[in-house]
Amino acid sequence: MRRERLTKIGYGLAPVLLTLVLACVILLLAGANPLRALGELFLGVFESGRKVADIAAAMVPLLLCASGMLITFAAGLWNIGVEGQMIAGALMTTWVVRSVEAPAALLLPLTILAGMLGGALWGLLIGALRTYGRINEIFAGLGLNYLGAALTNYLIFGPWKPPDGATMSGTEPFPQAAWMPTIGSTRASWLGILLAIGGIVVVYILLRDSYWGLKLKAIGLNDRSAHRLGIDTRGNMLLAFMACGLLAGLAGSLRTTAVYHRLIPSISGGIGYLSQLVVLLSGLRAQIVPLVVFFFSAVQVASPRLELRMGLDSSIGGVLQSAMVLFFLLVRGFRRRIQAEQEVAE
Amino acid sequence: MNIQLAEIVKSFGTLRANDGVSLSVAAGTIHGLLGENGAGKTTLMKVLSGYQPCDSGTIRVDGREVSFDSPEEAIAAGIGMLHQDPMDVPALSVLENFDLGRDGHQILNRRRARSELARHCRRFGFELDPDALVGSLTVGERQQLEMVRLLALGVRTIILDEPTTGISAPQKALLFETLRELAQEGLSLIFVSHKLDDVEQLCSRATVLRSGRVSGEAEAPFDADKLVSLMFGQCLSEVGRSDIAPGEPVLALDGVSVRSHRLQISDIDLTVRAGEVVGLAGLEGSGQRMLMQACAGLVHAHRGKVALDGADLTRAAYHRYLDAGVAYVPAARLEEGMVGGLTIREHVALAQEPTGLMVRWTEAETQAQGRIASYRVVGRPETYVASLSGGNQQRLLLALLPDHLKLLILEHPTRGLDIESTRWVWNRLHARRQEGTALLYTSTDLDELVAHSDRIVVFSGGQMSAPVAAADITCEALGYLIGGKGYEA
Repeated sequence: MRRERLTKIGYGLAPVLLTLVLACVILLLAGANPLRALGELFLGVFESGRKVADIAAAMVPLLLCASGMLITFAAGLWNIGVEGQMIAGALMTTWVVRSVEAPAALLLPLTILAGMLGGALWGLLIGALRTYGRINEIFAGLGLNYLGAALTNYLIFGPWKPPDGATMSGTEPFPQAAWMPTIGSTRASWLGILLAIGGIVVVYILLRDSYWGLKLKAIGLNDRSAHRLGIDTRGNMLLAFMACGLLAGLAGSLRTTAVYHRLIPSISGGIGYLSQLVVLLSGLRAQIVPLVVFFFSAVQVASPRLELRMGLDSSIGGVLQSAMVLFFLLVRGFRRRIQAEQEVAE
Repeated sequence: MNIQLAEIVKSFGTLRANDGVSLSVAAGTIHGLLGENGAGKTTLMKVLSGYQPCDSGTIRVDGREVSFDSPEEAIAAGIGMLHQDPMDVPALSVLENFDLGRDGHQILNRRRARSELARHCRRFGFELDPDALVGSLTVGERQQLEMVRLLALGVRTIILDEPTTGISAPQKALLFETLRELAQEGLSLIFVSHKLDDVEQLCSRATVLRSGRVSGEAEAPFDADKLVSLMFGQCLSEVGRSDIAPGEPVLALDGVSVRSHRLQISDIDLTVRAGEVVGLAGLEGSGQRMLMQACAGLVHAHRGKVALDGADLTRAAYHRYLDAGVAYVPAARLEEGMVGGLTIREHVALAQEPTGLMVRWTEAETQAQGRIASYRVVGRPETYVASLSGGNQQRLLLALLPDHLKLLILEHPTRGLDIESTRWVWNRLHARRQEGTALLYTSTDLDELVAHSDRIVVFSGGQMSAPVAAADITCEALGYLIGGKGYEA
């Protein structure tokens, strides 16, 4: 038993160690002292309360998108269109902010609902293309991501351009009533944090204990049998896309109301793609997702410090994240192979 | 080629599939390997043909000890296996499949392959279209292709795993003739089966496995009772049809026509009454399955009317049929029937009547245990369905059916099951009919059709015969009907 546990821990640590080794190699090639760089990275995380709040702020959209992605993955769907769903949420939110004048207590809930609705409708579109148009959801989602980005640019440089001329910095700032309240003077919004925590908890329970979660699992594993067992496969796939879109749309909405306070051209910021890596790294387990999200966000927040202090490009953070995912998948594949060989040997 | 297996042991987890099995097969003979489902026959043969290594034991070919790490190595040594589920590539053509796995050339020489394929087919009287897609062939034709492929690769020993399952009577006769011819040429043939008749007809010697061990050997002519007791440890008597008076009509087909790109069935009239059992006979692919699917809304008639309990459901979706009390049990259990990656408990939960948002796991657990016990499934609530044996999957599929069905439709309800499991399945089905459920099923086993049906209809090329009372027909007569003779269409 003890040996088994040690092996398990070993397999869990291996990707981390491999990532560190790779990081050291890259840093050496870049002419930096790897130990110092990693030290800076680590210190960067816990530098101040402000940094911790920054990490929390970065975790919110990533956690929301990853929660949504867990739902579509459960149904066996590669919802690469999360980016587009975020964009749709941000666009709907901006539209509401621009057309409704109301106090914050009314406006903020409206922006949240609009964001959710926008994302859900975008998800429905991907789902409809998949179930009725017979277009693979990867292509449908990816195509719509580009459409979403183009639509954003059109709005920023067209109908929604600021009076003093359009720039890449986006629309006019939102009125104060549409700013999500923050914790103290930090960038973290308590409402966003609550919503993100609520999202992952609901998804966890949904997938573990609800009929709907069980149905999605059956569809994901074998949609033919699921249909024969009396499950409405089309309808449930559409619902899965919509539920994911709802969470991603909320993430997009919060990016405008809690972070930028305006609509900017790349409002999704690649978070949709990143959330895919998060879910893969968590092995599709909801309980692991917050940990991975924390890791990703911490690296992201801390890596600019490398640039500042050591003159290294801050993209090293992204390299670390991706390397971690690759090594995780590699170690898992290796482990399965070893196990298969052991079973044969026994 | 002489084959000797000595003390073969092979375990899967805690299960000893082979527990010290020894077997020798002499060149030029057809050796039967008998045993019920799960006795360890397929495991032993997969060891011999290089699909999986054994834990211990030795394999000798013509006195020389060998060990195979892959099927390719076994084939190179002259041993090939015909699997129960054909392991060909359905998306490729017959010719391309024939050419697969042949060494020595990187560029395909289609002309040579084509003439070689034709030569082998001629020799055995197989009619295989080289350009047809393998996916469109019947099981029997796929088997013929696989056999020809192995022979072209130069094998001297062929293992056949349940080769008579799912093939037609003429295909079976041709197969047996071919096997006898090959044996005369000095090839060794190992015939794996749980069908006594087949072994009696074909084999000169038989080894019987039971629970992973050799329970005995016998020489032709065989004593059937002895073989049965070696297989099961007890003698069985056939269950008969329980005669009950059928009730009101449940299913009414009126001039139903269905077509697919391959086949068309036209103007079918059929009424099935509560508690009645109607057997659909015919070569596979003659239209039986299509008709059954039309009775469950899985395909839709383009002409005619399908009514259940008097309500017209011709254009209704599958779930409306489910709501109306129809259940469909497919032959492809893990492809169409159940989800291999879900546990028994999860299947039970899916079959629950949902009362709220959340699954009632404790209730599902209790129910799963109950059904496992009453349907004698070898498994636990947390067992994944994919890891159950075929017979247990079939039991579970029946265990998951709702109570009080109006109409129960089954594709080959006992295919691949041993005698004991078959009897058990039919007992359950007869209990259903006592409750007034109408049964519609297909089978390629003529004895089964005659023994368990009230009426039988015969399909041939999309045409359906008028129903015959099963009590008035013998297996021989039924065989003639299936061959397309002796009835007015």
